[in-house]
Amino acid sequence: MASSAMRTPWYLQTVSICFIALWLVMAAFPFLWTVWGSFKVELDFFSIADWTNALTGVNTAQEHGSSFTDTAYHGSWIQEGFWVAAINTAIVCVSVVCISLIFGTLGGYALSRSSHRYAFWLLIAALIFRAMPPITLVSGYLLPFFQWNLWGHLATTIIVLVAINQPFTLWMLHSFFQKIPKDLDESAKVDGCSQFQAFWHVIIPVMWPGVITTGLFSFLLAYNDFAVTSMLLAKENHTMVPKIASFLGTTQTEGNVMFAVASVVSATAPLFLLVVFFQRHIVAGLTQGAVKG
Amino acid sequence: MKLSQLVLAAAISVSAGSAFAAGCKIDGRVSIVGNEFPAIHAVVEGAKSCIGDEIKANLTADHQKINVAGMTSSPAEYTSALISNASIIALLNEDLIRPLDSLVEKYGQSLKPNQLIKINGKIMAVAFMVNAQHLVYRSDILAEAGVQPPKSYEEVLVAAKAIREQELMQYPIGGAYKAGWNLAQEFINMYLASGGEFFEPGSAKVSINNEKGLAALEMMKALSGYMNPDFLTHDSNATNAEFRAGNVAMMNMWGSRAATLTEIEGISEDVVHGFDISGPLIVGKSSVPASTLWWDGFTVAKNVSDADAEATFVAMITGISPDRLDKKTSSLAVWLIDGYKPTQKARGVSDAIDMETKPYPIKPYMGLLHTALGNELSDFMQGKEDAKSALADIVSAYNSAAREEGFLN
Amino acid sequence: MKHRTFFWFTLPTALAMLVFIALPLASVIIQSVFTPHEAVLVESENCGPFGCTKTTVIDQDVSAALRASEPLGRFVGLDIYLDRGHLAVNEVAAAWRSSTSVGNFFAKLNNLPLYRAMAFTLTYTFTVTPFMLVFGFIIAVSVNSLNRYLKGMVIFFSLLPMIVSPLIGSLVLFWMVDSRGILGSFLQWIANDPALSVKASTGLTWVMLIVYGVWHAAPFSFIVFYAGLQTLPGELMESSQVDGANRWQQTIYIVLPHLMPLVTFVTLIQLMDNFRVFEPIVGFNSEAHATSLSWFIFNDLSGETRLLSSASASSVLTILGVAILLAPVLVRTWRDFKVKG
Repeated sequence: MASSAMRTPWYLQTVSICFIALWLVMAAFPFLWTVWGSFKVELDFFSIADWTNALTGVNTAQEHGSSFTDTAYHGSWIQEGFWVAAINTAIVCVSVVCISLIFGTLGGYALSRSSHRYAFWLLIAALIFRAMPPITLVSGYLLPFFQWNLWGHLATTIIVLVAINQPFTLWMLHSFFQKIPKDLDESAKVDGCSQFQAFWHVIIPVMWPGVITTGLFSFLLAYNDFAVTSMLLAKENHTMVPKIASFLGTTQTEGNVMFAVASVVSATAPLFLLVVFFQRHIVAGLTQGAVKG
Repeated sequence: MKLSQLVLAAAISVSAGSAFAAGCKIDGRVSIVGNEFPAIHAVVEGAKSCIGDEIKANLTADHQKINVAGMTSSPAEYTSALISNASIIALLNEDLIRPLDSLVEKYGQSLKPNQLIKINGKIMAVAFMVNAQHLVYRSDILAEAGVQPPKSYEEVLVAAKAIREQELMQYPIGGAYKAGWNLAQEFINMYLASGGEFFEPGSAKVSINNEKGLAALEMMKALSGYMNPDFLTHDSNATNAEFRAGNVAMMNMWGSRAATLTEIEGISEDVVHGFDISGPLIVGKSSVPASTLWWDGFTVAKNVSDADAEATFVAMITGISPDRLDKKTSSLAVWLIDGYKPTQKARGVSDAIDMETKPYPIKPYMGLLHTALGNELSDFMQGKEDAKSALADIVSAYNSAAREEGFLN
Repeated sequence: MKHRTFFWFTLPTALAMLVFIALPLASVIIQSVFTPHEAVLVESENCGPFGCTKTTVIDQDVSAALRASEPLGRFVGLDIYLDRGHLAVNEVAAAWRSSTSVGNFFAKLNNLPLYRAMAFTLTYTFTVTPFMLVFGFIIAVSVNSLNRYLKGMVIFFSLLPMIVSPLIGSLVLFWMVDSRGILGSFLQWIANDPALSVKASTGLTWVMLIVYGVWHAAPFSFIVFYAGLQTLPGELMESSQVDGANRWQQTIYIVLPHLMPLVTFVTLIQLMDNFRVFEPIVGFNSEAHATSLSWFIFNDLSGETRLLSSASASSVLTILGVAILLAPVLVRTWRDFKVKG
């Protein structure tokens, strides 16, 4: 693509850069606003009196002597022990990504290489399964999980998240595998590889962009999940999102919205590293140049 | 708990000079599920002062979604659920909690009679705190507008008109009118104040489709005219935020939330000094306040061994024992505990009790009506529908839910 | 592929889906045709901190016997599906008979919860899906032509709408569009109407939800298409250039066909997700203006008394709705599949 990009006419280049700039503003502005606001007091962040207070931090200055304060970060991480939730999230996310990808690549590969009718129906069944609203699934799990003493453990949550996300993983990997020419593993098999060897040594290496992208989505799903983690985990091993939700308060409970805001901002930082890693690997997959039609 | 251990525990506690707190010893599994607000945390902390077995607690806002399943399993995951008079319904309907009469007789010497929740003659829960909605207002704004603090909703309308006309505030009335649970709660308040009954006596037939229902709706509509136009999205958090920002002069607020209303950082001096509390409002000439009384209490699970139940009861009694009350815990709630003296900020709730506000009804099908009200009222509040058809919609929505649950044929 | 090999390759994923999705699905279908037994009510006196009142309670001894004899409850067939909270056949028939015009009929239909929810859900699904596809594709193509040192940064920021927890994302955006927030003030300034409030109007609430939907979902299609572009065979592009194809032709005849399986995939997933729209409705407190089937289920399960049969029926209706919605795409997949075979 690099060579063809060089031949892009200047006006197209300009339009595309303008478009990207506009999109970046739309995508990043609410987040940057949140980052800025996380160093203010609640009355400035939700500046009902005058929205410019959120920029100037009038009330924050009155309260703390400076228009920036780290009380929200201090409160959530130290006072409320947000780091425990961060560790739980790390465990859940890494496990979900690994297990999802193992299950998904095996299944997705088999589906893309089988021309039997049942393979198609398995795909369709997976799709129908995905239509099931997660909230119904979770409320159905509660009773058996309590009965068998499975409720409240990270392991249970991990396997549930893997299962709920399998249809998506399967479909995504299936569509990536489909684009990889069959000749590749056929010829490996002719050379004496078993199906699994062909899959492992020939297909997976050229599948990195697909695998990494799917992994990214599994990660984000586990990372942002609220329905499953809030219902299947006890308070002491909550992951970050239910923990953040508990900062928000309810009808009869005073929350601390600024703790929630500070937690969200700090929870986004590790994702930056993840995306940088992701970006490098997706390009690595390209430079291997194994995909040739 | 075995008798010998109990005697031992009693001996220790006597020597320590207090009934339970110093030397409560338990011999059984204790696992508590409940909501998370400071008062509940204080109770559970007290329970955890017991030694012997480990005491687990899962205090979360989602407690209502897990307590039924967590107490249905056998043995129950949770030996005690902390509930209110609304959320006890689900546990009663599913028959998941045990009568406490014998335990109260054995260990409940520190309890006052009005803490005992009797359902059909049996003690099913022990209450420890109460809550109610009442008026919160800005005395400075009302004085500036030249009106007295209102006693009834009619006076609220008059005061709101005065405030708007003098351009002190554009939207002087606040209210948790968010479509759903909050809006339904406001209707329940208004309807009770007009002397209405929700159900025909002895049956699950709803009886709100009448003059009183219409009057309640008209009053809500009139009030909403002085509220921020986004009122259908305002829950009690958002309403409090409006008050803190100085945009609201009068609102009906939960006692548990009103006490700490002006305690967060950054609120202007005017709001902090103008902030004042009074009892719930009435409607018209009726003396019944437009509010409901709520209690919070603990229950003990049915599907646990007697030893675990006993340990749980002892631990919970310790958590709410009179000597747990100190300066810090006293201000957390309006306690029912013996020896509690209402703080200045608790007078809204104590006024509500004195004015004989009705309790939120414990009826097996009340939750269904609450949900139906929450779903069907918003059309009327937006002016898309008249009051009559709104009430008719509520009745049909309730009927189909009640038929499903087997309350109606 | 041999049956045996296929079996071992798909066993883990099939097993996970069977246990955690298929079994609950079966129980949901069963639950939707059964309801709890008729409650046996008895008069009782309840006492508490606020005195004693006469009221009714469920007679637990009789109920326990009933439950023991028929643990599933009463069989009611399709009653739940047809009641007012769902398809409301009687109410629809009555509305049809009493309506003076088609407009009048639709107005009455709009008063029934399911039909009102469907009006919003379908509008949402059929606006958000195409917009996010087009949007995502343009972003992917534009990012792909960027300098590679800029790419990492741009990808990160482009992903933000998707990766910031919707819990807080919607809270912040909800505040921004408030009539006193930064976006709300901006809209008032544009419309030159100081009383304009997005949250108080049904129409504007819909627009807000749809814009949020596109904003939130565009990164998904962007990143899938971007990954797809990385596997675009370079020499195909070059040879087409030699043949004199311009950029537009290249996009239409080479890039799009190459991405087609991914387009199908994104469309499938997005049609499904948008049909099950839920989080924005709760996040933006817009229950008064817009509801969806998923929101019904949430509502049934979060009351003081949980309506399990009703929630189950809504879940089954959601699945049926998704199946109908996806039918055209599925037929296409079937054709592709046969070609492959």
